[in-house]
Amino acid sequence: MPDATGLELIAQRVRDEVGEDAVSGTTFFRRQATLQVAPGSVRDVLTFLKEADAEPWDFLSSVHGCDYLPEEPRLGVHYQLLSMARQDRLNVKTRVGADEPTLPSVIELFPTANHQEREVYDMFGVVFEGHPDLRRILMPEDYEGYPQRRDFPMGGEPVLFTYNEKKLPNWYG
Amino acid sequence: MEVKRQKLDGLKVRQARAQQMLRGDLEGDDLEKYVEERVLLTRFEDAQNWARKNAIWPLGFGLACCAIEMITVIGSPRNDLSRFGAEVIRFTPRQADMLILSGRVSVKMAPVIRRLYDQMLEPKWVISMGACASSAGMFNNYALVAGADKFLPVDVYVPGCPPRPEALMFGIIKLQEKITGDPGLGWRERYGAEGTEEVA
Repeated sequence: MPDATGLELIAQRVRDEVGEDAVSGTTFFRRQATLQVAPGSVRDVLTFLKEADAEPWDFLSSVHGCDYLPEEPRLGVHYQLLSMARQDRLNVKTRVGADEPTLPSVIELFPTANHQEREVYDMFGVVFEGHPDLRRILMPEDYEGYPQRRDFPMGGEPVLFTYNEKKLPNWYG
Repeated sequence: MEVKRQKLDGLKVRQARAQQMLRGDLEGDDLEKYVEERVLLTRFEDAQNWARKNAIWPLGFGLACCAIEMITVIGSPRNDLSRFGAEVIRFTPRQADMLILSGRVSVKMAPVIRRLYDQMLEPKWVISMGACASSAGMFNNYALVAGADKFLPVDVYVPGCPPRPEALMFGIIKLQEKITGDPGLGWRERYGAEGTEEVA
């Protein structure tokens, strides 16, 4: 991981090259460096970090989604970059609202993002524009809803315990 | 020693009588008695069920971690399921008699399992192995079917997480008893309870 100073240097280079609004903040927590990025400029930031930066990040090790429900915008998408040469990692995080969750796809940059963006779409409903084959990957294709969102019902069936024995309606008959 | 001697004598007598029968020396009452001793009369259904019971071929099909335990039962010489005639694993549903649901059944897998079950030829049986296949077990959520009996008929439920190999073998023996049409009452018998909802 870059240290806190290195993270600020990266953020400054991104601001200079991509745009002043591209980076909305940085976090350095438990030796993990995180760059918070505006949703519209994710692809530009990742393109810069991969191809034009002085210290390039050549490998996207994972993309995942997250739901910060009480906060707005609530849906987070995290890109974890890895530099094999420097053995270093950098997180790039962005947030989109649940009413219009669209992000640019980064498949042209990192082909590994194909299935991972499909998984984020499957579980959180984030639409990646420019994805060649955006459909569900884990859940059945006719499934309704995005099950990893926090306001999605748990599903399953009520389980009988002694504490909810009286509450479950007519389990005995 | 006395008893053993008698048995040997009995064997010698039977051998001698068989030789006489083959030579054509047995006549009249002796011949009648010989035939009565050696012919077994039964109903056709019973003979058929006896054959089916002793050749339950399982489908080579695993769902999750219970499958590892199932493989040690139907595929390993230590547990030796061939004692019960059920060790011939068939990897096509057309030739299989028994489907062992070994593991959790996900919503996406359910139509596949149903298709496999429909492709199996009659008569066919299903064993629900472990807590997950019977009731979704600890995974009570959006991704799993809570109980495989919601989309196909299940004959025997084997509890456990996963069940011991002995438990699965006991389930298969229970299935054999069900096939021959004389299922025990299980725990109801032991406690003298009423009702026969538990059929195997």
